[in-house]
Amino acid sequence: MKEQPGQIRIFRKKHYLGKYILITLVVAWFLVLTMLPVYGVIEGTFKNGWHIFITSLVTPASKHAFLLTFWITVGTIILNTVFGVILAIVLVKQKFKGKLLFEGFVDLPFAVSPVVAGFMFIVLFGPKGWIGNWFEMHQIKIVYAFPGMMIATLFVTLPFVAREVIPVLREFGLQQEEAAYILGASKWQTFWKVTVPSIKWGLAYGVTLTIARSIGEFGAVLVVSGSIINKTQTATLHIHQEFTDFNYAGAFSAAVVLAVSSFLILTMMQFVYKRKRS
Amino acid sequence: MAILVKDIFKKFGDFVAVDHVSFEVQEGELVALLGPSGCGKSTILRIIAGLETPDSGEIYLTGKQVTTLSPQKRKVGFVFQHYALFKHMTAEKNIAFGMEIQKKSKAEIQEKVHALIDLVKLQGYEKHYPDQLSGGQRQRVALARALATEPKVLLLDEPFGALDAKVRDNLAQWLRDFHQKSKVTAIFVTHDQNEAIEISDKIIVIRQGKVEQVGSAREVYEYPRSKFVASFIGQVNVMDAVISQNRIQIKDTDHVVENTSNDSLDEGDVVLLVRPEEIMLTPEKQQPNDLPILIRQIHYRGSHYEIDCELNGLNIKVIENKVDLNKEQWRENQQAHMHFKSFRIFDAEEGHERVHEKLKEAGYIE
Repeated sequence: MKEQPGQIRIFRKKHYLGKYILITLVVAWFLVLTMLPVYGVIEGTFKNGWHIFITSLVTPASKHAFLLTFWITVGTIILNTVFGVILAIVLVKQKFKGKLLFEGFVDLPFAVSPVVAGFMFIVLFGPKGWIGNWFEMHQIKIVYAFPGMMIATLFVTLPFVAREVIPVLREFGLQQEEAAYILGASKWQTFWKVTVPSIKWGLAYGVTLTIARSIGEFGAVLVVSGSIINKTQTATLHIHQEFTDFNYAGAFSAAVVLAVSSFLILTMMQFVYKRKRS
Repeated sequence: MAILVKDIFKKFGDFVAVDHVSFEVQEGELVALLGPSGCGKSTILRIIAGLETPDSGEIYLTGKQVTTLSPQKRKVGFVFQHYALFKHMTAEKNIAFGMEIQKKSKAEIQEKVHALIDLVKLQGYEKHYPDQLSGGQRQRVALARALATEPKVLLLDEPFGALDAKVRDNLAQWLRDFHQKSKVTAIFVTHDQNEAIEISDKIIVIRQGKVEQVGSAREVYEYPRSKFVASFIGQVNVMDAVISQNRIQIKDTDHVVENTSNDSLDEGDVVLLVRPEEIMLTPEKQQPNDLPILIRQIHYRGSHYEIDCELNGLNIKVIENKVDLNKEQWRENQQAHMHFKSFRIFDAEEGHERVHEKLKEAGYIE
């Protein structure tokens, strides 16, 4: 049966109505959940002028907090990129007993609450914990110090690189590497000239996610660091401190800086994601 | 001798992939490893390349033992079925890869890449990435890449398997011509008997990890050493028969085929194999032992006709050239007589049904 033109028009009108309702809903939801809070933070920061914004950012506590976040992020990027790639290669290429179970455990940090994770590290690396005890004897501080915060951040960001690289590596397969071997390339040459260029966008996406999480991490780091001002306070902990101290100007200013960095990361993510898919 | 494969054995878990295989390839030969999928032919090729290690046996390349040598040091060229081009490199970068690893000079690499691009007729595609090339073009890049390091031996794993018929024929012809000129020693793996017959100097038929027969295309086709080879290479009609008093009687019929050879035949069950083009159809009985058959269907196949006939419930396929065929002569559901111009007899230990099953398993008949 052939459809009449009129029927089609009626059908389309209904279709459009549903579409507009959905779009309105999504936009409203988006506004309430993201745009309004961002507006609130920016408005709160700048209502007293640029001067307050700058002065509350250059306090020693604030500068120290941002610097600490920076170094933790740099350390996490380096360690988790190297370890994440190794992890992905092992999971894709090696065969061993219990691999499936192990692969499931890679996602553990996604499932465990960061606060619980932080608590686990306190138990393990604290002065009375069985690993912490050994370090204590050698006068190395892990918890309430930089190493503990690094470990906590490494833990919560562990899956990102591996999870992004594993599917890319699977799809990449073995044949290109075999072709390289036959053409005379050593395993090392093959890794750098063939494997790495093939997984680079997946890797870049994983690294971007890692950066975003390292900068934003709060719970796990809060527990292991003890949030000591000028010592173990990261940017997120600093915002929390200022807020609980009723120093809203300081909290707003630091929040804006983090919001801007989030925006940059988001842009980077979009760019990398498009490259990865193409 | 360019390649010597000596008593190679390889198991994957419990599955015997290569079962004590031995063969030789002379300098400058183009050899086909032919067999159904899963028969171990690709594994043999990968063992020669060093991509797999045999459980036992030895490999010699140009007289040297290479069994434990890494693929990097064997100096072979390898072409994969799915090309395995480096996706992040352009065609010319792919071709240059092996020479860059060898640390050849820039000028030398450039010159060689240019020559290879000409050789595989890819002028204008130098800067294209693999995903901007068609299947045939990708396989040309893969061929050029394999040839760039001037390998002593070229190994091709189902090189045309993933291509359309037309492109495949083109590239197969190109390989044939290239081999004529360059005389590089090459082995290619295929499951396509036509490809093997068209391209190779020598065919090695592999079945279930074992070498079934080695010979030229003509030898393998005309003088198959086993039922499997006869059925695998070319089309064939299979009939159960019994021999008594030096006469061959087709089972469940009273039809007798005279033993035309000079040898006397041992009594017992046999299978009779007749190729479709070895059967002659005549409207009237011309010789006393011609068999009456019923023509079921006539198929036009371009260069020839395929005629499905029935003999006591058994389907018999006959091929007639268009020149031979007086088209008016044959109609469907017509009675006719057939005569075997030649045929082969094999011991019946596996029986007709089992031959059929084996061929079904291998995907050669439906």
